[in-house]
Amino acid sequence: MTSLATDYSNFVQSDQQGRHRIFLTVEGMSCPACAFKIERALNNNDVEARVNVTERRMMLSWSGDSSAGGKLIEKASSLGFRFSPIQKNSETSPYSPAVLLKYIAVAGFGAGNIMIFSLALWFSTRSTMGDSTRDLMHWYSALIALPVVIYAGRPFFTSAWNALRKQSTNMDVPISVGVSLACGVSLFETITGGEHVYFDSAVMLLFLLLIGRYFDAKLRARAKSAASDLLALMSGIATQVQDSKISRIPAAAIKPGMTLMVARGEKILADGICENDTIVDASAITGETLPKNISMGEYVFSGMINLSDPITVRIEKSQNDSLMGDIITLMQKAEQGNARYVRIADRLARWYTPAVHALAFATFLFWAFATNVGWQTAALYAITVLIITCPCALGLAVPVTQVVAASKLFKSGMLLKSSDALERLAMIDTVVFDKTGTLTTGEMVFENAEDFTADEKEALASLASASRHPLARALTIALGEQSLLAFTPREIEGKGMEFLADGQRYALGSAAFIGAQSGSDEKTELWFTNGTDKKRLTFSDKLQHDACEVIDALNKRYSVIMLSGDRSAVAKRTAEELRIPSWQGEITPREKLEFIQDMAAHKKNVLMVGDGLNDAAALSCAKASMSPASALDIAQNAADIVYQRPGIGSVMEAIKTAKKTQKIVRQNLSFSIAYNLLAVPIALTGNATPLIAAAAMATSSLIVVANSLRAGKD
Amino acid sequence: MDILSYLIPIALVMGGLWLAGFMWALKTGQFDDPEGSASRIFDEGDSHEE
Repeated sequence: MTSLATDYSNFVQSDQQGRHRIFLTVEGMSCPACAFKIERALNNNDVEARVNVTERRMMLSWSGDSSAGGKLIEKASSLGFRFSPIQKNSETSPYSPAVLLKYIAVAGFGAGNIMIFSLALWFSTRSTMGDSTRDLMHWYSALIALPVVIYAGRPFFTSAWNALRKQSTNMDVPISVGVSLACGVSLFETITGGEHVYFDSAVMLLFLLLIGRYFDAKLRARAKSAASDLLALMSGIATQVQDSKISRIPAAAIKPGMTLMVARGEKILADGICENDTIVDASAITGETLPKNISMGEYVFSGMINLSDPITVRIEKSQNDSLMGDIITLMQKAEQGNARYVRIADRLARWYTPAVHALAFATFLFWAFATNVGWQTAALYAITVLIITCPCALGLAVPVTQVVAASKLFKSGMLLKSSDALERLAMIDTVVFDKTGTLTTGEMVFENAEDFTADEKEALASLASASRHPLARALTIALGEQSLLAFTPREIEGKGMEFLADGQRYALGSAAFIGAQSGSDEKTELWFTNGTDKKRLTFSDKLQHDACEVIDALNKRYSVIMLSGDRSAVAKRTAEELRIPSWQGEITPREKLEFIQDMAAHKKNVLMVGDGLNDAAALSCAKASMSPASALDIAQNAADIVYQRPGIGSVMEAIKTAKKTQKIVRQNLSFSIAYNLLAVPIALTGNATPLIAAAAMATSSLIVVANSLRAGKD
Repeated sequence: MDILSYLIPIALVMGGLWLAGFMWALKTGQFDDPEGSASRIFDEGDSHEE
């Protein structure tokens, strides 16, 4: 595993000067001092490390050998931080936060300077300001507004254009129409020496909306496909055995009927029948951390890792039809499904845009034909309807609230990975947990130490300390410091450890190895013998410290389900201990996914919480998903929210924050609509002066922003 | 009202200077890490190196 963990070559960017760069996320940083500690540890003449405290990221650059980065990261990791590499270029969208900040600056400059003229215009009349002065001020406003709108309006114009080209509509369509009409009419009025111009409204609208857009961009998901990660994991070279000759073939060329050799530590790349006895690490398939014994003729699945001597596997399925291939296909489908989620603001836009445009048209028809004001005035009234209904508060209502909520979650160690995740999370009614690593810590705990005498403990420690098996390691930890016996134990793979002392066989291992009858309660067990007595050691998976309370709290409002790849007896015990009403054990990744899909088909909105490779498909298919920071990268990529705090308290907190955020978003949206209902009659009757338009826009936006800030409170 | 003819351009130039200054700050990465930059002054090791 270590060789896999230190291979950063895919993430290192090198330039012509022989300088290499890598971008990493930093976990475990609690204050800026930690950042300086990391920088001081790394920085020297050849190496430059720069930690970004706000984003919890680090840029590391060095010259010389491109693979030296791994060593540097290892060195920094020894300080107690966790680093994972990220692809920097995945973020460079045309409207990234940095670019939007530029637009905001320009729009802010425009809005501020136009306001100087507007204030003068609003508070003067024909008698206090001459017509020529007024026209001069109109011209100055136009001079500032037009370039500003053309420059800073681009994010909205392009988005609206793209939507219209696809024959759909979004919030940017009424914004673009409103802004361009406001500028067009104002320019016409300026040239013809008219009384009212709306340049201030148009630019202020852009300024406020860009702020909303900026927050939105900050939250935008670093959309990375978890399925392609999995695909990369399953590629590689297989060793084919044919007529007692060995050849290397790419994984994609594996066909049913071939015989492949899988060395110790290698991954089985396609499903087939194992022709030897062996032990495999099946954690990718079942999520269970303990190695699994496989006997000759048993079926093995792609994704398992051979832990024993080289084995040969007669392939039954090609890679695409294998279990992992299946999961990849299913995940890709699920990811497409979630991408189709329509955000609340866009759902609103679907009826808002036609409604507003129809209203403006009706205004024009009414004034043009039912009255005698003339078509030019009628058109002006229709346009003021469009300007005053421009969805300024709507554009701020959602992103500001979400960014406030996201930064609150960030402070509690949760990373929100997509901007609509909170919306989806607020809808959930069912919570599905994975067991190992999520509800439990994934560490085995030795339960019955008190059954053993000091001499026996000494023997146990001597046996266990020589093995790397997870149970043996748990035993070593539980026994603490023990003096070891002066015998070197022998490990019989998949069975246990033994040594002979004074003609007695001391052994630790499976029931069959010791010659005992395994316990009826199906607990995870080991047996120990000192030659005469046989004694049983039981182990249990340690529950998260807050699992009981959180499940109790969740049970009150949501249906809680546990899905585990672990043995049913173990799953049952955990479920009973935590009072989880509904659970399933021995479930395959595919069944997990189908379970979630089935829930979705029954109109259930599921939050999936899991950490394993076997959860990845279920995570990407669930309505919302969460994953601990200890999870595999693939699970983290598939999840909407990654939480760093140990325990599952974050799940409760995230749901609470999401519900509260959604409530505030709804309030904001209703307020914006109420504001429009009030403002529209003023515009319909032709009473909307530039002052009214600007004041209405600013106050409604301020109220929405002030309300949004509540999302960050507890 | 004649005073407007040169006061307004002066105001605009001043605003333009602010905008240019902000763009410069943005370009040199001064808004990349507000939290870290605020605390960097307290890091003792930084100034004594090299």
